[in-house]
Amino acid sequence: MSAQLIIPPIPALDEERSALLARLTSGLDVAALNWISGYAAGLAARGVPALATLPVATPAVTALRVTVLYGSQTGNAKREAERLHESLCGEAGEVRLVRADAYPMRELAEERVLFIVISTQGEGEPPDDARGFVEFVCGRRAPKLDRLQFAVLGLGDASYPQFNAIGRRLDARLEALGARRLFAHGDADVDVASVAAPWIGRACEHVRALKPASSPVIVADDVATGTALVRWHKEQPYLAELLVNQRISARDSTQEVRHLEIDLADSGLTYVPGDALGIRPRNAAVVVDRVIARLGLSGHESVRIGDEIRSLQDWLGGHRELTRLHRGFVQQHAQRAKAPLLDAMLANDDAMAFNSWLHARQIDDVLNEFPGEWSAGEFVAALRPLLPRLYSIASSRKAVGDEAHLTVAVLDNAGPFGAHRGVASGFLADVEVGASLPIFIESNDRFRLPLDAARDVIMIGPGTGVAPFRGFVQERTAIGASGRNWLIFGARHQRSQFLYQLEWQAALKAGQLQRLDLAFSRDSAEPVYVQQRLIEQGRDVYAWLEAGAHLYVCGATAMGRSVHAALRDIVIEHGGRDAEAADEYLSELQRSGCYARDVY
Amino acid sequence: MNEVLSPVETLKRGSRGLRGTLRESLGDAITGGLRESDTQLLKFHGSYQQDDRDLRDERRRQKLEPAYSFMIRTRLPGGVATPAQWLALDALAARYGNGGLRLTTRQAFQIHGILKHDLKPTIAAINQTLIDTIAACGDVNRNVMVSANPVESRAHAEVQACAQALSEHLLPQSRAYHEIWLDEQAVIGADASEPVYGPTYLPRKFKIGFAITPINDVDVFSQDLGFIAIIEQGELVGFNLLVGGGMGVTHGDARTYPRLADELGFIRKDQLITVATAVLTTQRDHGNRSDRKLSRLKYTIDRLGLDVFKRALEALVGESLPPPRAYRFDHTGDRFGWVEGFDGRWHYTLRIESGRVRDTDTVRLLSGLRAIARVHRGDFRLTPNQNVIVANVDANERALIDVLLDDHGLAHALHGAAIRRFALACVALPTCGLAMAEAERYLPTILDRMDALLSRYGLHDEPIVFRISGCPNGCSRPYLAEIALVGKAPGRYNLMLGADFQGRRLNRLHRENIDEAAILTELDVLFARFASDREAGEHFGDFVVRVGIVRAPQFIVAKLSV
Repeated sequence: MSAQLIIPPIPALDEERSALLARLTSGLDVAALNWISGYAAGLAARGVPALATLPVATPAVTALRVTVLYGSQTGNAKREAERLHESLCGEAGEVRLVRADAYPMRELAEERVLFIVISTQGEGEPPDDARGFVEFVCGRRAPKLDRLQFAVLGLGDASYPQFNAIGRRLDARLEALGARRLFAHGDADVDVASVAAPWIGRACEHVRALKPASSPVIVADDVATGTALVRWHKEQPYLAELLVNQRISARDSTQEVRHLEIDLADSGLTYVPGDALGIRPRNAAVVVDRVIARLGLSGHESVRIGDEIRSLQDWLGGHRELTRLHRGFVQQHAQRAKAPLLDAMLANDDAMAFNSWLHARQIDDVLNEFPGEWSAGEFVAALRPLLPRLYSIASSRKAVGDEAHLTVAVLDNAGPFGAHRGVASGFLADVEVGASLPIFIESNDRFRLPLDAARDVIMIGPGTGVAPFRGFVQERTAIGASGRNWLIFGARHQRSQFLYQLEWQAALKAGQLQRLDLAFSRDSAEPVYVQQRLIEQGRDVYAWLEAGAHLYVCGATAMGRSVHAALRDIVIEHGGRDAEAADEYLSELQRSGCYARDVY
Repeated sequence: MNEVLSPVETLKRGSRGLRGTLRESLGDAITGGLRESDTQLLKFHGSYQQDDRDLRDERRRQKLEPAYSFMIRTRLPGGVATPAQWLALDALAARYGNGGLRLTTRQAFQIHGILKHDLKPTIAAINQTLIDTIAACGDVNRNVMVSANPVESRAHAEVQACAQALSEHLLPQSRAYHEIWLDEQAVIGADASEPVYGPTYLPRKFKIGFAITPINDVDVFSQDLGFIAIIEQGELVGFNLLVGGGMGVTHGDARTYPRLADELGFIRKDQLITVATAVLTTQRDHGNRSDRKLSRLKYTIDRLGLDVFKRALEALVGESLPPPRAYRFDHTGDRFGWVEGFDGRWHYTLRIESGRVRDTDTVRLLSGLRAIARVHRGDFRLTPNQNVIVANVDANERALIDVLLDDHGLAHALHGAAIRRFALACVALPTCGLAMAEAERYLPTILDRMDALLSRYGLHDEPIVFRISGCPNGCSRPYLAEIALVGKAPGRYNLMLGADFQGRRLNRLHRENIDEAAILTELDVLFARFASDREAGEHFGDFVVRVGIVRAPQFIVAKLSV
């Protein structure tokens, strides 16, 4: 009899997983096979596979166990964690990849090697999926960690004052708890890879050095996500046809909001409601031309960065940020411009003032205000890569077929330097129907409808934050979900900015939406926002939550904070809890996936 | 009547004194409109739900409902307003409305473009100025019209007072208006019954006008109930009573027609309220409540027979009516510019095309009248021709008004063809739900083109009554114009010809459903003939009848024998 195990077709495993299983078990000895059998039984015993984590039991085979833990808001930290995980799998005995909110805190004391990849949001806040982890590690209940070795990679945006605050905080805290830092905290800016790649390399070197001889390699897949593999991704976007590009804010709205329908046919791209669609935008030709003209260059200059050679025009059009200004560029430009005002600005310690200065300007404005000489090559090198932009998908495939719909607010800030259009939203606003859009799907496992369709959902989505909820209601209607749908929407004006008004009216009439509460801030003498509506309906909100409703918030960060505060007040008032217990109540909702946020 | 009641009748009966679910409708942020039933009831409160028809398709594609907004119409008997009221309405129009103030063909103010959430504050604020909007629309007595020019005699003020009293007497008694708009506390069971109207009000709108000779500016023959003031030796002695006028027609429905009021006889001024109430309650009890196209008093009278109607009326009044007294009308227009009154005070009538008080680059009506209202110590009179009179000015304050008129480009408002001064247009597109074609927005264009034709034949200074209406409903009283265009479809009109200059004869259909080119071709030929063949002093309307271009239409004198 051959040693090769023939795996019969198992209904629960698809072809890909069957192949993985065959590869995994091929050539293992009895002890290892027994261990795998026990491991799988352990998983099964833990119940719901989607929430499963690795077993607590120490494997029978002594192996170097490495944990890669990530907290991610937009998916960047997750991606880098996956890269690290993949790289380490060739090095360590057992490497597990765990999303922070799926990490069992009591295992922290037993960890030996821990790599943390975590982003920082807004004004120094952790990503939603890592709130609990950061609280635990920084709190009084954190254990002594003197057997732990660790390293932290922080991801953030250097244009914010609290750049990478969470990564640094964890880095310092772990050391304070007695752990040994393997190597220095990595500070990744929006150009993530330039810092993350070397950091991952160092991590691998350290693990290689720690690795005991001849331990079996055991790979545990990321159990917290179920994303299907797709051919198209950020670096290799699919060129999708744009089917509809329709303004949906009325002509008297100062804000332009557009509804886009994108053809996914034959792309193999799939998504579920809650996912985002990534767009690789191009800078507007007028902006590129203006910058080139200011530099006194032609645009045809050939510029080489790394292995890539492109014309200046091409670099600026599709590969470099021209709309978001950052400190690094200003510093380099100051050396060329020799403008006292610019130097004073940089020397000023007032981070807020500097940030508002940055926000009011784009690259072109600085070149105009403070002329300075650049060569094409140096200029491109000083700019940051043009990043893809993510938009929550506003449709369900069950309703729209092989399409993805987007709700895009066209950022158009009329500042002292003229109209500044958002690079991606401006790009999308101008794309004509029939043209191709470079897109990819970014899954968002943190923002999912309840598996149990009988659960109620409360959706809070003012402005374009309503986008995923259009998909949610479509999905719930298509599957005949018995749970109730409650939408809370807000905008400035009812008449001009009630996004998808006719659809919501029809959904109410058809019983696809049970409740719709609205807050139009500029239609009354006193502004009214969604959080006020929430508080007015506090008794019902609490009753729904108590009955197992899932609550979702999508939209601007500040709104997300206000809504969170309102929810806390509601839990205090209607749940009879004190402030601390209310916080715990909401944290528990977040941990259990009943309270999810997609704020930006 | 044993026919099925129209849905509006059921709605009125079930409305709990015109309350309906207006409060709920107003509070519903999911739509900028009202529930269907409440849109009907709202009219009784002086407001119409409308939408910008220019934007309908655009907004549908934007996944937005129609751009609903509301028109508010004041109740303003005789069109008399104080400067303080003018300023207050002007400010409200600026704050809540769009495009300034409008003066209607029934001497009321209209503010357009009010959003639902601003409706209550606007109506409340209008009431603060001691003007209300009760029954400005709906199946009730509408704004009572009175000849606007207070020039001739002391009796004008007395007629105005009579009209005011009649308007008050015919107000609905329900407290719904005060509860919904003015936050009056509802008293359970205390709601007054409607002694005049009853629970279902009237079958249809009801219009009253008072004419003071020699100017028939109120088009007294177009009113459901008309009064011609009889003034002897400067004293008001009574009125000639007219019943059954009305303009509204439905295209393609031969059962409908415009009708001139019949003169029933003379009444003493002390009989006014009794007689008016008797006419109104007769219509209340006998009007058609199953087909709203046939509900107006004119059809009730024709169905019952004028004699029967008159006898029924006399029975209610308790005495028979003596024959009407003699009178004379010169025209239906306004006397523009300064006119000195009997008491040495001065009145300036300002032309306002289509009643639109707004600022353009050269003619700043809104700012100008605002400036005048700030210094004016008399009052304002809205005329039935959509113009305004700056009335009761001291002789030594005329210069001040002149300066303000000049400063705002208003001193030359009367320049241009004479036809411009008499023209009336209803609002029509984009806000009126009934409009089939443009009216107000098209008026300046068609006037320019007609003026060019008239000038070709030396008729630039010839006064001709021209009216345009976006639909056959007839808010601009088109069937009493020498030349009228009644909208059929976008860019297409029925060309009506042959009414007289005094508002006593209806016009007739001359060409049906024609476009501008065809209209101008027709008029070119007619103006040429008129210029060469007219008799001395002959008006255009009389000319086209005399030479047989249109058949002799209904003439009021023929009815006097009844």
